[in-house]
Amino acid sequence: MRLATRTAYLLALPILLILFWWVTTIGSTSFFVPKPGELSLTFVEVWFGDRFFEDVVPSLTNLVFGVLLAIVLGIGLGVLIGSVRWLRALTEPTLEFFRAIPPPVLVPVLMLLVGINDTMKVAVIVSGAIWPVLLNTIEGVRAVDSVLDDTARTYGIGGFARIRHLVLPSAGPQIMAGIRQCLSIALILMVISEMFASSSGLGFTIVQFQRSFAIPEMWSGIVVLGMIGIILSFIFQWTERRILAWYHGLREVENAG
Amino acid sequence: MLAKTAPHTAAEKRGEPLLSVRGVQKIYQVDAGEIEAVRNLTFDLHPGELACLVGPSGSGKTTLLKCIAGLMAPTSGEVILSGQPVTSPPKDMAVVFQEYGRSLFPWMSVRDNVELPLKNAKMPKAERNKLVHEALEAVDLDHVPGSYPWQLSGGMQQRVAIARAVAYQPKVLLMDEPFAAVDAQTRADLEDLIRHVWKTLGVTILFVTHDIDESVYLGERVIILSSSPTVIQEDIPIDLPAERDQLTTRSAPRFTELRGHVYEQIQIAKRGSGADTEPAPDAEPARDAAGKEAP
Amino acid sequence: MTAVVASSGNGGPLTRKGRKRRTRKTSTRPLLGLAGIIGFLLVWEAIPRIGIVNPEFLPPASEVLIVFVQNLGLTAFWVAVMQTLISWGLGLAIATVAALVLGLTIGSSNFLRKATHSTIEFLRPIPSVALIPLAVLLFGVDRGSALLLVIYASFWQVLIQVLYGVADVDTVANDTAKSYGLGRLARVRYVVWPTALPYIMTGVRLAAAVALILAITAELIIGNPGLGHQIALAQSGAAIAPMYALVLATGMIGVVINFGMRLIERKFLAWHSSIRGEAIV
Repeated sequence: MRLATRTAYLLALPILLILFWWVTTIGSTSFFVPKPGELSLTFVEVWFGDRFFEDVVPSLTNLVFGVLLAIVLGIGLGVLIGSVRWLRALTEPTLEFFRAIPPPVLVPVLMLLVGINDTMKVAVIVSGAIWPVLLNTIEGVRAVDSVLDDTARTYGIGGFARIRHLVLPSAGPQIMAGIRQCLSIALILMVISEMFASSSGLGFTIVQFQRSFAIPEMWSGIVVLGMIGIILSFIFQWTERRILAWYHGLREVENAG
Repeated sequence: MLAKTAPHTAAEKRGEPLLSVRGVQKIYQVDAGEIEAVRNLTFDLHPGELACLVGPSGSGKTTLLKCIAGLMAPTSGEVILSGQPVTSPPKDMAVVFQEYGRSLFPWMSVRDNVELPLKNAKMPKAERNKLVHEALEAVDLDHVPGSYPWQLSGGMQQRVAIARAVAYQPKVLLMDEPFAAVDAQTRADLEDLIRHVWKTLGVTILFVTHDIDESVYLGERVIILSSSPTVIQEDIPIDLPAERDQLTTRSAPRFTELRGHVYEQIQIAKRGSGADTEPAPDAEPARDAAGKEAP
Repeated sequence: MTAVVASSGNGGPLTRKGRKRRTRKTSTRPLLGLAGIIGFLLVWEAIPRIGIVNPEFLPPASEVLIVFVQNLGLTAFWVAVMQTLISWGLGLAIATVAALVLGLTIGSSNFLRKATHSTIEFLRPIPSVALIPLAVLLFGVDRGSALLLVIYASFWQVLIQVLYGVADVDTVANDTAKSYGLGRLARVRYVVWPTALPYIMTGVRLAAAVALILAITAELIIGNPGLGHQIALAQSGAAIAPMYALVLATGMIGVVINFGMRLIERKFLAWHSSIRGEAIV
């Protein structure tokens, strides 16, 4: 019974929206808006086949490399800068400036510096997506609880063990919030680095469809990008729930009290 | 009159002190100038002692404790543990803080919290397991090793912190108002737990509190601090029987007498400001202890 | 009280501010920060001069800064800045209003909240850049395409925060208001709105940053007039130093927007900070 209600809540609105789309396009010959059936057919035709390996896989590979590098570098540098007070004071304004630069403008810059290739695309993703991770890590490391820190010190927990058992977990919620932003920026950069300067990849292909007025194909490409975004978001949420299970539990207890 | 019954503590006859606080002074630099939190404190702690530091709130108790724990460098004077000056948190010392919610790692289970210091000290697994189990048993928490600390009540959390300290097998256990934030009933239980741990493990305990009853009930010796800047007002032995329980001990005439005495001293300490206070007639041991040994 | 006072990004909008204040004591801080900026510029100056990177690809800092300063005297530059800022501001305003109306409506009804949850969670992660081809098709290089991207991206940021904020409304306060006979609108005005306001401000602050990213993206990729388009032009015309100067300018705009948003947030919530501060820490 409860499961049924929950399923109804989950699916009712999406189904209604699709029905609405289906009904309104039933007799239309609109050039811009494809019919649901037509779109799904095109989707399968276009993306299930060689194009999956030629466009989707390379784009996703760049994305994964870029995101992983941004996370590792961001956390590593963040722990370093966050733990050393003078280093933090020295770098903070400069880093804030870099964070404020809209990442897309880095595409033409890196095109110049690196050239047009996969390294450039990964570099664009890293250079744009690292800032939220880096700055959130710095902030999280800085905010380690003083009593917890004293406790670790009295038990002789220092150096690497301190980072592993105290600093990283305690900055975890902040770091994860940074990674969430990092993911959405990385996806944007993946797409526009391909749209701006490339002859392959998802972004490039979708723009090609649009330029050649292959409208259902273009829409199917939009769907692919949307799905990548949704899948990324699910992977993130799944991971976050596991890594920060303690944090969500703690928050719940606090809010209840 | 009271303190004279045992001139200085029995512990002093045991020879070398384990922990020695020598002329410790702490001055904080603030915008408005300097604040002297602790002024020229000197006392010794011998192996196996259970001493309570009691003082009015606002006296530099926590400051003093942090200096002893090596978390903070005193402005002058020194702290000596087993003959070695303390410059950073020493290996043979464990601290239980008042803020139990902030001293346990919230991302670790109860078991992992207790185990972490041992793991960090590279202790073999079998020995570690044994110690963790015994410590959790000693504080009566062996049924919740997998829980997170924040799933437990305040009193239980503080017991986890005590278990962690006990498992670490320190020579000296420092406790900074550990029960100030738990309810009265839990507090009584925890006090008995401390007496129990002390008797069975033979660890040396320095227990900081602002609660007069607690200091007399727990301690074998009570060191009364003045208000800030802190000096020792008096150092008295507590000659209550070793077996104590909440009901009989607290209603014993001697307990009432001692408590009244400590209370009186604290009132005097509050009225005057630190060293300028004229020492009460009973406070002679304090004068000795806080004497002019400092350079 | 808690081991983690840190806000998780979505959470307490004001914790950050509280912490900032504590660190301000040391007066050497701004000096060190300034030294950091100067150090960065010196390194930048040195890299092309020593020849680690070809100066044709990365001109020395001094050259770029000169162009940057020259730009400040050019009308064309300010026109481009205004074009970018209009797309940004208009898009942000429309998205905020839409998100407020929808968010307060959905948030104040349990049924609507549950019914829309899956759809919102599904639409939210769709990257707004996926809409670029559609925007081009519909609007070409008109401002409409930039607006479409900006609105889509910033709408979700605000909406989610509004929903968090409405969910945070104290049930006791709401019931009290009900028992005094306050109607639905009055409750929104006196109970829901004040509770949600800090969240909304956070949402708008986050959305402001995202909106700038998308406004620039539209200009860069689609060719809407504005700073992004100027950068693309400079790049394709091999005007390297001007391109870097324009990149600097976008960064400055970003800094100004971030700073301005924090200022507004602080001003708006001054009356609120003490209450919230207690609730969070």
